[in-house]
Amino acid sequence: MISIENLHKSFGGVEVLKGASLDIQDGEVVALIGPSGEGKSVFLKLMAGLLRPDSGRIVFNGKDLCSLRRAELVELRNRFGFLFQNGALFDSMTVYDNVAFPLREKTRQTEKEIEERVLRELEQVGLTGADDKYPAQLSGGMAKRAAIARALVLSPEIMLFDEPTTGLDPIIVNSIHSLIDVMHARHGFSGIVVSHAIPAIFAVVQKVAVLYGGVIRFVGTPKEIFKTDDGVVRDFIRGSLPAEAFRFGEQIPVQLNAIEKAGGVS
Amino acid sequence: MRVSGESLILTPIRRLGLIPLSVLGELGRMGLFLGRAVFYTFAPPLKFFRVLKQIRFIGLDSVLVIVLTGAFTGMVIGFQGYYTLSRVGSTAFLGPMVALSLLRELGPVMTALMVTGRAGSAVTAEIGIMRITEQIDELEILGLSPYRYLVVPNLLAALVSVPLLTAIFNVVGILGGYLVGGRLLGVNAGTYFGSMTDYMGSKDVLVGLYKSICFGGLIAWVCCYKGYTAGFGAEGVSRATTQAVVLSSVLILVFDYLLTSVLF
Repeated sequence: MISIENLHKSFGGVEVLKGASLDIQDGEVVALIGPSGEGKSVFLKLMAGLLRPDSGRIVFNGKDLCSLRRAELVELRNRFGFLFQNGALFDSMTVYDNVAFPLREKTRQTEKEIEERVLRELEQVGLTGADDKYPAQLSGGMAKRAAIARALVLSPEIMLFDEPTTGLDPIIVNSIHSLIDVMHARHGFSGIVVSHAIPAIFAVVQKVAVLYGGVIRFVGTPKEIFKTDDGVVRDFIRGSLPAEAFRFGEQIPVQLNAIEKAGGVS
Repeated sequence: MRVSGESLILTPIRRLGLIPLSVLGELGRMGLFLGRAVFYTFAPPLKFFRVLKQIRFIGLDSVLVIVLTGAFTGMVIGFQGYYTLSRVGSTAFLGPMVALSLLRELGPVMTALMVTGRAGSAVTAEIGIMRITEQIDELEILGLSPYRYLVVPNLLAALVSVPLLTAIFNVVGILGGYLVGGRLLGVNAGTYFGSMTDYMGSKDVLVGLYKSICFGGLIAWVCCYKGYTAGFGAEGVSRATTQAVVLSSVLILVFDYLLTSVLF
């Protein structure tokens, strides 16, 4: 279990997080949603130890990440996977080398074992045959798939997805969400998905958290969020959905599937 | 809006104070950056193939530009030296004059400036792009030190490459000086090269060597730091690259003066 308690973080005198708290159970994937600029990516980077909070605690298996020494943090990071907004693939390496990189650097596997593992991971994310391409030669969706393969190659316990579908077309958004769902079932990681793809993202998560005004304003299941009495959350969800989705959901099949799986809209 | 008399006086003073504070802060950050880079240089494992790759990029790929610059610098000193020495009737000293100018001053400085422009700027841009595209964050997420992967190879490669490039610059410059002084203006080859060994000692070679090692470290330090701390977007990288080249070049000239006064 990972427990985030009362996180505060400021940049240049502007307080972005004002006491955000969230608990994630083992094997649970939480969608972190909220308006742009609310600090969702900052929240993820604090969890991964890329930023230090001004105050607050991030407790993972009884250890507070914020009070760890650098060596201990590095050790703990081996159990984290992170999918950056733009994939962050190493552009001087091929897709194969990108996925092989963590295995070469962090394990003692032979090149033969690495090859088998990398090709298997690429096959699982639907990138068979793209192993010799460079990131610049990939489409947005392919780059995200390659980045997911690299993030999962060390079988992390915690996966953090920072807007995995931003800038992709609806078909690719769906395929990336399906991939996250399949990979979650296969690897069993806990995690957070920061997303603006509402409500499509609800189909692949067990919980939804809304970051608003620097705090986690709502935590609940996808079904519960549609029934919340919190006007702000309700407005946000409604504002994020096309009006037709509430009245004539069947006209938008892609989103309808997600709504259906999430328990429908009230 | 009402402005109190106190704030009218204090605001400019406060702003004035912010300038040295920000300079000191930047110097402190640069110092910490260098400290970490040195730490990871000696903390195994060393990424040997990355060091070799950077030696090829900073060193081998710079040879052509160094040969060209060295040749023309030597030829200019040959002309200028001959003109000056002929005024006092001692053109026989053209060899030592060319060699001393190159070995002690122009060789290390010109080489360092050329390496800054050719390789240093590219190093800043590469690391800067890795910063803004979160590739450096990805290394950290993987529990790998960006210093070990990006900074140390450049630091070691520059420490090895710049002295070697300086040596090439000096040799080509001396030959360039001979081409003008000897072949064009008629100074005897025996006099040109013979007087060189008569009037020069190993200290002259060592001074140039020490300088070039310092400059190599300086280039890698400044250029890696500026790339590592690049701001957002393409503009951030372009600003970082400009700052790296300007700061490296100025520091090379400042350190040249300081080292010359110490090693004189």
